[in-house]
Amino acid sequence: MKILVTAKRVEDPESKIKVKPDGSGIVQEGLKYKINPFDEIGVEEGLRLVAKHQGEVVVVSVGGKEVQEQLRHALAMGAHRAVWVNHTGPVDQLGIAALLQKVVEKEQPDLVILGKQSIDDDQNQVGQYLAEFLGWGQATFASKVESMESEQEKNKVPAIVLSADKKSVQVIREVDNGLATVECQLPAVVTTDLRLNQPRYASLPGIMKAKSKPIEELTPAKLSVDVTPAIQVLKMSAPPARKAGIKVADVPALVEKLHNEAKVV
Amino acid sequence: MEFQLTEAQRALQDAARKYAREVVRPKAAHYDETATFPLDLLTTAWELGLLNMAIPTEYGGVGLSHLEQTLVAEELSWGCAGVATSIIANDLANLPIILHATDEQKKRLLTPFTEKLKFSSFCLTEPEAGSDVANMQTTARLDGDHYVLNGAKCFITNGGQASQYTVFASVDKGKKHKGITCFVVEGRPEGLSVSKHENKMGQRASETVSLTFEDVRVPVANRIGEEGQGFAIAMATLDNSRPLTAMFSVGIARAALEHSMEYSTQRRTFGKPIIEHQAIQFMIADMAMNTHAARMLTYESAWLLDEGKRNSLQSSYAKCFAADMAMKVATDAVQVYGGYGYIKEYPVEKLMRDAKLIQVYEGTSQVQRLVIARELFK
Repeated sequence: MKILVTAKRVEDPESKIKVKPDGSGIVQEGLKYKINPFDEIGVEEGLRLVAKHQGEVVVVSVGGKEVQEQLRHALAMGAHRAVWVNHTGPVDQLGIAALLQKVVEKEQPDLVILGKQSIDDDQNQVGQYLAEFLGWGQATFASKVESMESEQEKNKVPAIVLSADKKSVQVIREVDNGLATVECQLPAVVTTDLRLNQPRYASLPGIMKAKSKPIEELTPAKLSVDVTPAIQVLKMSAPPARKAGIKVADVPALVEKLHNEAKVV
Repeated sequence: MEFQLTEAQRALQDAARKYAREVVRPKAAHYDETATFPLDLLTTAWELGLLNMAIPTEYGGVGLSHLEQTLVAEELSWGCAGVATSIIANDLANLPIILHATDEQKKRLLTPFTEKLKFSSFCLTEPEAGSDVANMQTTARLDGDHYVLNGAKCFITNGGQASQYTVFASVDKGKKHKGITCFVVEGRPEGLSVSKHENKMGQRASETVSLTFEDVRVPVANRIGEEGQGFAIAMATLDNSRPLTAMFSVGIARAALEHSMEYSTQRRTFGKPIIEHQAIQFMIADMAMNTHAARMLTYESAWLLDEGKRNSLQSSYAKCFAADMAMKVATDAVQVYGGYGYIKEYPVEKLMRDAKLIQVYEGTSQVQRLVIARELFK
C-alpha cells in the first residue's frame, strides 16, 4: 500500500516566539524550526502500517527550499521518498488542500495521513478540506486511550487498523465525550491526535541514508493550482499579559469570590 | 572558510541533542549517584547509531567525519559526560583498527559492533605508564602463531563490560617505545581478569576498571600493524580522539552556562534577580565566551583531520584549553548558585566533578602543554 503523509515546517515550540512591533508577523531571526509534531506522529503511524502491510511512505511539504529539512527528517525516520511543492508566497488552508489534492491525484495513495492541525496557527482544517475535495471518507483525531510510554501500549490494538481485504480502515478517534470508532472505505484521509503514538527518533544511519533519498520538486504552476489566498492576515498581536492573582484570607472569602466574581460555583 | 553546518550535520546534531535531552538527562543524576553501568542508555545509543559512529560505511558503520563526531560529542556530554565517555569508549578502542588494520582485520573486528550491542576497551595506561607510555611493562612474547600477553592495565573504561580489548604491549622492553605493539584480544580469554572497579570523583556513569593479563594468548592475526608500531598507532589514535574529549569539555561548559543563566534570572538578592548584578553578568559573559572559543578550537582540530592533515598541535590546543576552560566554567557555575551549588540536589556540582577528569584523561593538561611546546619548536 502507499501512504502519503504531510510534513509541515513549524516554529520549534521550545523557541521564544515574538510578534514583530508592526504586527506584520513573527520575528523569524534566531528561530528554530521542526516538523509539525502531529505530522511527525503521522509519519510514525505510516511507517508502522507499511512495516505491517508492505508498501511505501511518501512525505509531502509545501514551502520554500527550507522545508526540505523537514522532509529529510521524515526520510531519516524511514519514509521512502518525498514530494516538495516549492512555493514561497502566502497561502491559506484552502490553497494547501488544493495543492495536496493534486499531489494525491498524481501519487494515488491508499491512505493520506495528516496532523490534525499544525502547532503554528492551529487551524485544524486542511485534512477535512482535502477529504471533501477528493470526495473521500475521513477519520479525524486518530488516537489511543492509554499513555504512549507504557509497555502495554505497544502491544495494544493500534488505533488505525486495515481490514483483511485492505479495502477499508478502522480508526479509533478522540471525541469530546470519549472515543469513537469509525470505518472508512479506502482510499481515505486520516488526521492524527497527540496520543496516537510516540514517534521514533531519527537514527544516525537513518540520517545518512536520507541524504540520498529522492525529493521530487513540484510547483503550484506545475500542479495547475491557483493558490491566491482567500484569507489575509491583517495584524498579529501577542495575547494580553495575565494580571497577577490575588490572595484571599480564608475559604469563605474564596467561595464568595468564586460565586460572585468568577461565577463558577 | 565556512562557519555554517550542512543540513545533514544539523540533523545529526538534533538527533544527538534529542537523545541527550530525553534519554540521558532524566537518568544522569541516578547513574552519578549509584555509579552503575548505564546499560539502558547505551542500548538506546546503539540503536540510534551513536555508539560506533567512527566505523566506516564499508564495515557497516555510519562513518561520520571527525567534525560530525564532535557535533555529536558536545550533545552527549551536555547530557552527561560520564555517559558520553562510555559511548565514545568503543570508538576509542576501535580507532587503532580503523586507522591501521588490514581490510580482513577490519571486516572481522569492526563489523560485529554494527550488528549487535558490544563493548570494547582501549587498554594503554598502566600503573607505571600513564603519560610516560614508553615505560610500558606489559609484555607480548611470540609463541608459534600466538603472542602471549602478561601485565596489568589500569583506568580502563568499560573494561568489565567489554568483549573485545585493544591492548598495547611491548615485544621488547629494551627497545622502549620502539617495542610497543598493538593487539586485539577477542572475548574474555583465559588469563584475562577484571580486578578493580574504581570509585571515581566524577563521570561516575562510566565504568573504570583494572585488568590483569596472565599468559593471555592472542593470535598473530590479531596484531594491528607491525611489531614496534604500537606507539605510533597509540599517538595517532589520541590525535584522532582529542577533538572528542575537547568537545566533552564544551558540552559540560554549555550545560553549566545554561544552568547559570536560568538560575541567575530566578534567584533574587538585594531586591532583584542576581543576573542584574554586574558581577554575575561578567561571570556569565566569560563562561559563554570561553565555551564558544573552545568549541571553535575544537572544530578546527577536527576539520584538519577531515582534510587529511596532521593536527597534533591544534588538537592539543583544543583539548588543553577546553578542559581547563570547562573546569573554570563549572566552578563558576557553582559560584553563581552559591550555597545551593554545593548541594547535590542541584545540577552544577556534578559538572565540576565531571570536568575535572578531562584535565586528566587522554593526556593531562600538562602533557598537552608539553606537546604544544614541542610542536612549536619543531
